[in-house]
This record gives sequence, structure tokens and C-alpha cells, in this order.
Amino acid sequence: MSKEFSTFKKVIRLPHKYGAGPTFTRFYEGLKQGKIYGTKCPECGDVLVPSRSMCPKCHVNLSEWVEVSQEGVIVSWAQTDKDFFGKPGQGTYTVALIRLDATGCDFLHLLGGNLSKVKTGSRVKAVWNEEKKGHMLDIKYFEPK
Amino acid sequence: MAKRVGIVDVAMTPGEETKDNFLDQVFKVTKEVLDKAGISREDVGTVISASSDVFHSGQSCANAYYWDAGAAMLKNGSRQDGESLFAFIYAVMRILSGSYDTALVLGVCKGSENPENDMITHFYTDPFYQRPIGINETIAAALQKRQYMERYGITDEQCAKVVVKNLGNGLRNPYAHVKKRLSVDDVLSSEYVMSPLHKLECAPKSEGFIAMLLASEDKAKKLTDKPVWLKGYGSSLDSFYLGDRDLLKGELKNAAKQAYAQAGIENPAKTIDMAEICEPYAFQELLWCEDLGFCKQGGGGKLIDKGVTEMDGELPVNPSGGVLATNPYVSRGLYRLAECFLQIRGQAGERQLDKKVKTALAHGTHGFAGQCHAVAIIGV
Repeated sequence: MSKEFSTFKKVIRLPHKYGAGPTFTRFYEGLKQGKIYGTKCPECGDVLVPSRSMCPKCHVNLSEWVEVSQEGVIVSWAQTDKDFFGKPGQGTYTVALIRLDATGCDFLHLLGGNLSKVKTGSRVKAVWNEEKKGHMLDIKYFEPK
Repeated sequence: MAKRVGIVDVAMTPGEETKDNFLDQVFKVTKEVLDKAGISREDVGTVISASSDVFHSGQSCANAYYWDAGAAMLKNGSRQDGESLFAFIYAVMRILSGSYDTALVLGVCKGSENPENDMITHFYTDPFYQRPIGINETIAAALQKRQYMERYGITDEQCAKVVVKNLGNGLRNPYAHVKKRLSVDDVLSSEYVMSPLHKLECAPKSEGFIAMLLASEDKAKKLTDKPVWLKGYGSSLDSFYLGDRDLLKGELKNAAKQAYAQAGIENPAKTIDMAEICEPYAFQELLWCEDLGFCKQGGGGKLIDKGVTEMDGELPVNPSGGVLATNPYVSRGLYRLAECFLQIRGQAGERQLDKKVKTALAHGTHGFAGQCHAVAIIGV
């Protein structure tokens, strides 16, 4: 609508910094080494990945570290060719909830490689970037096997 | 409930963009509801508002900005950030505390003025694990929809029927933002926003300023001949990370169970005359109907196929057009409750249901894929 009255257009830029804390930091350190780490709950036995400092189900502290499998199964996925705010990278965007083997939650990440083989239940494995910076996208994507 | 809290009246704005500024809109609905009840600002005991000011407004410091317009000047007020049905119960509790006879609940959102919803909801993610993957509320809903379709055999056509029904219902609602006579094909031929979600399966972004006046039982009876009573309420919150949840086993069941127990409802599908459900994505209406016990798990598709939730069905859902027609984000739960209130009163105009509405259910949700749910049952 073209407004009959004045409209003020503003862009707000706000710098933030977020402390990752010891548990998330250690997860990122693992990524730098090409490893995916989870933490295991002493009560329910679930391995949570990415690693967490507490179990949401049991509300207890998590301190046992486990290197988890880099393979798993697609639980659900979504896809678009469009660009959108916050989209990492360019081209087709395919995102999935992936249950990594022997873990107790779904891992949210991107899918890539041969996308025609993507469907719920497909087995996928992690593909890494050569240069690792300690970032979620050190894992380039998970690729259908 | 031991003591009763009544809804005295409500005032709200239509969902489309208006010329009024933010403060004028708050003032307008506040003044209107007080005038309807025949009271002045001085008679308002306490004010509870719902607004998400950092993202959904970008103006000033939250409620500080609109307290005077919202009748809270020189008195007690507080705010709930997230979903207005949670603000509603906050106001109810203030009355039940015995300290206040009346409470004004405000829902405040000027959607036409801020960035598109998915740009905002991208920041609802945590910056460590989810934001780098790029997700937003629509992507979370797309992941949920695929699971729903694959686990229970729900079809795209059944999801599209929700859009056809709700935008059609919106045609009779002067408060609705998007109103259209559509076909299932129209919905399914709209582009994919995020496969498997089509554009027309996703709610718009709307304005929505709403003021609802509540009162204790004695006071409500003095202020109106037609009070509508709160019968039951429940809410429940799930864990934050999408991957920690089964997206098809959310907390709405739990919220509904609490509300039904309070209201003494054993068979919701029979007892509830109509429902207003918060469905920012079409398939969610079907899923939430299951969780509310209107049909069995996985039966949401058949429910819409059989026409149960149509205006003339056994259990009309979203006669207002729902959130698919009007999506004023934080205000949307209170809009649901307002429609229930008007239907019970027989004041829903052209969209008044052709049946006696005695008991109605309003639902509100916020957070990705229905992380948080609230259910309110009102009636006479």
C-alpha cells in the first residue's frame, strides 16, 4: 500500500556476540578435527548430538563425551531452489533431520550430492569441507549412499 | 474452576494494512472495548499485553511504548512475549488472585511494517547449531508436513482443502486479511515455498490489534448481560531443538487434556460446538485436530474429507478463516478466542454458525512446528 501518510523506513543493525560455553565449544573443536561429538545422558542413555550440557528429557548434567557415527538415516527433509534470508550457500537447498547411528535425537543438517536418491529412510553419510573452521558447515552436507 | 472469570467484551482491527500508526491502533481497540463495556480507563484493574517488540515491531522498548495508549498508565501492567493466549491466562490469574475485578488483555502486532515472517523466525533459531543451517519457521513446518504425510498417508489434497475452507470462511469475516474462493488445484498449483509446502498453504503476515476485557464473576455480571465464562485452560511446552522432538507427537495433547479436565469435558468431539485453531500452515489444522481429540491419530485427513470441520459441519473449525486468513503473529491466539466469544454471543455477523454455540475451544501456538501450545475453553 502506498501510504497516504509519511512512512519512515529504517534498517536496524545490532551487533551481538554469543558465548558458546564449554560444551558447544568442544563440539566445534571436534568439527575442526573432522569428528562429530555427542554427549550421553547417564539417566536415559540417549546420546545427544550436537553435544549438549544437559538432557532436556531427564534434566541432568551431561559430561560423558561420545564420538558419534558420521552415517545415519533421513527422518524428514525439505527442499527449495529459491533464495531466502539466512540460506547457506547457493543453488538447491535441501535440509534434513538425520538420525545418526546409535544416537537419541535427530541431527539437523544439509543434504547434497546425488539429490535424486534423497527420500525418507535413505542412508546418508557426512561429506566434509577440506578447510575446517570449527563451524556447523565444516560438514559440507550429508550425501545419500 | 472455583471462581469464574468472564469475558466482558472485545475489540479488534482487521488484518490488512492500515493508515493508522501503531499507537493509534492500540488506543483505538482499547477505547472501543472500554466504551462497549461502559467503563473508563480508571476502572481497569490491570493490563496484560502480548507483543513481540524486538522482531515484530522494532519500535521503542516493548510495552513501555504503548502503556498509555493501552489504558495502563498509572496502574499495574505486565507483558507476555510470544503468544497472546498465554497473556490471556496471565490476566485471568490476576483476577483469580482477588486483587483485581477487571483485567484488559492486549494483543499487539503491526505485521505490515516489519520484515517477512521467515526473516524474523530465522532468528528464533539458536545461533550455534540451527541458525548456520539456515532454517526458519516455514522450513520446520515443511519437515513436519513431510513426516505427517508419510507416517499417516495424509495427502496434499487434504491439506489444500484446509486452505480452501479457511480462505472461503474468511470471505464472511470483515476482520480477515486474505479472503478468496479457491480450488484445491489453485492451492496445489501455487509454487513451492519449501517443498512439500506450497505458498498458499502458508499464512500471510497481518496486522492485528486486539483488546479483550475480563472481569471477575460479580463484576462481569454487572458489566454485561452476556458474559462468556472461561471453563478450562491448559498449556504445555516442548523442548527447543527440532531434532529432540517427534514432530508429530507434540504437547498439544497435554495442553488439551488439562483444559478438558478443568472444563469437565470427556468427549471433546461431541461437547465442543466450534473451535478456532492456530494453523499458520494448512496441514497443522489437521494435525492439531487429532491432538485435540476431534478424531483419532492420523484421522485429520478423513476429518476434512468428510466435511466435519466446515461451517455447516458437526464441528466447525476456524469459521473466522483462521490464521491462514489472518496472521497477526503474537495476537493470533487472542483472535481465535475473540471469534469463539463472538460465536457464543451470536455476534459473529455473516459468519455466525447455524447452530447454538455453547462451548467453544480456542488454540494458540508458537515456536517451531508447534513447540508451545495453549488451549482455552469458554462457554455459557
